[in-house]
Amino acid sequence: MKKSKAFWGYLAFALVIYAVVQGMLASGMLDLYYQNMLITICINVMLAVSLHIVIGVTGQFSIGHAGFMAVGAYISAICTMKLGLPFIVGIILAGIVAAVAGLLVGVPSLRLKGDYLAIATLGFAEIIRIVFLNVDYVGGAAGMVVNHATTWTYAFVGVVITIMVISNFTNSRHGRGCLAIREDEIAADAMGINTTYYKVVAFVIGSLFAGVAGALYAHNFYIIQPTAFNFLKSFEILIYIVLGGLGSLSGSVMAAIFLTAISQYLQAFPETRMIIYSVVLIIVMLYRPTGLMGTKELKDLFKVKNRGGSEA
Amino acid sequence: MSNPLLKLENIGIQFGGLKAVQNVNMYLNKGELVGLIGPNGAGKTTTFNMLTGVYVPTEGEITFNGQSIKGLKPYQVSHKGISRTFQNIRLFKDLTVLDNVKIANHQLAKHSILSSILRLPTHFKGEATMEKESIEFLKIFELDVYKDELAKNLPYGMQRRLEIARALAAGPKLLLLDEPAAGMNPQETQELMDLIALIRKEFDLTILLIEHDMSLVMGICERIYVLDHGQLIAEGTSEEIRNNPKVIEAYLGEEVVH
Repeated sequence: MKKSKAFWGYLAFALVIYAVVQGMLASGMLDLYYQNMLITICINVMLAVSLHIVIGVTGQFSIGHAGFMAVGAYISAICTMKLGLPFIVGIILAGIVAAVAGLLVGVPSLRLKGDYLAIATLGFAEIIRIVFLNVDYVGGAAGMVVNHATTWTYAFVGVVITIMVISNFTNSRHGRGCLAIREDEIAADAMGINTTYYKVVAFVIGSLFAGVAGALYAHNFYIIQPTAFNFLKSFEILIYIVLGGLGSLSGSVMAAIFLTAISQYLQAFPETRMIIYSVVLIIVMLYRPTGLMGTKELKDLFKVKNRGGSEA
Repeated sequence: MSNPLLKLENIGIQFGGLKAVQNVNMYLNKGELVGLIGPNGAGKTTTFNMLTGVYVPTEGEITFNGQSIKGLKPYQVSHKGISRTFQNIRLFKDLTVLDNVKIANHQLAKHSILSSILRLPTHFKGEATMEKESIEFLKIFELDVYKDELAKNLPYGMQRRLEIARALAAGPKLLLLDEPAAGMNPQETQELMDLIALIRKEFDLTILLIEHDMSLVMGICERIYVLDHGQLIAEGTSEEIRNNPKVIEAYLGEEVVH
């Protein structure tokens, strides 16, 4: 019961954040520049958290996450622009189709381990991108024009649902099965965990939310092009979770917010942007080689503090 | 005797041209504690791996509880009721002691992924049962005070105990212990022997034990199988094994016998 209370607490906290930001947007305190930045942050947080469940929780090194984002982006764009369906239907279909794509990619490639899995997922993501590049129906290399439809509300609800689902999954017997696979696959198997099943489940959930993030992305930038979903995008997502600390959900959220904000501010200095960005990464990795949070969550930090306080 | 819990019939496995184990016939009756000994490289762990589905034997048949388990995946073998520990400890190092046991308890609760994501009542009920059961197991092994400690931070002897606790939490009928006393001092070994005797009684277990420590094997095993070069060379009570010339030869070399 204590745990369900904590859950409502988090939800209330999220509502407060939403209300405050929404109020500031409505009153004009935050202009369009900031609104755009907030939406980008939300999308990147969703991408980071959805990759966190695959790499951080289940320990399966996948670096083709942008591929599923591309699936979501194009499917939602087709729904709204070609078929005239409402945006929300586009988002849901984007998630479902990306999840199916995750299943199709995951079943054969999750037999592989470590470096081999990384290469296989990278390959699949490139295949997905090349397919979109060569289909004239979605505009090929020139890309596809998409109406702007993503609002702060869509983006924030998307983030809350993503974090809620993935955190609830992780803190259950199913999530523990995934953690066991990360820790020691042979032992997990011997203890009765169906390792193949849980690897695929984690991969499908991750792909689903990458697809939803892709849908929000597509309807935020007026145009989508296959080059936006190349392997650099996959690495960008990977950087969020490595910098945040592999295995830490709150770490990956914070890193995604932090890096997105830095990268947006640095747009004022286009010549030095990538250099400063890279230097930040190098400094963090030098001083925090396990990432900002290690495998800890935010609430663990408070716990330690509390314990220390009561002992003193 | 007519219906043993575990029966290995002529099992063998070949890796490329190497016959690692061949023609092994063994049986375990319900409630027995049986030892499997042999020099290094004799094929003891390979036999364990065949029993638990890590390797599929290239010949022969394994029956457990009247059903064939040959060709099943390790997790399926675990669901059938065979649980194991590992020669080199394989705990989930970066998880807590409690989580280690909870993971093995996976089959205890049946709530679905959807109920966990939506935090339905079945989720809370299932998780509460798992937590309660897991703490019970930790109490038996006197590890409950360390339940929030990371497994990797436990001292060696406790890690060994935790591994046995975890194996038990999977709810086995047959427990396979792969060198449980490796690296322990004599006092720890003695405590371990007492513990094995205790859990055997408490959980109505059948145990198959690989061990190098002769005092442990001779002390608690009712019957002993001896493997050498992938073949069974002897079986019998500890007294019979101790005086078996073939065993002495395998362990100490030919010259001693002649």
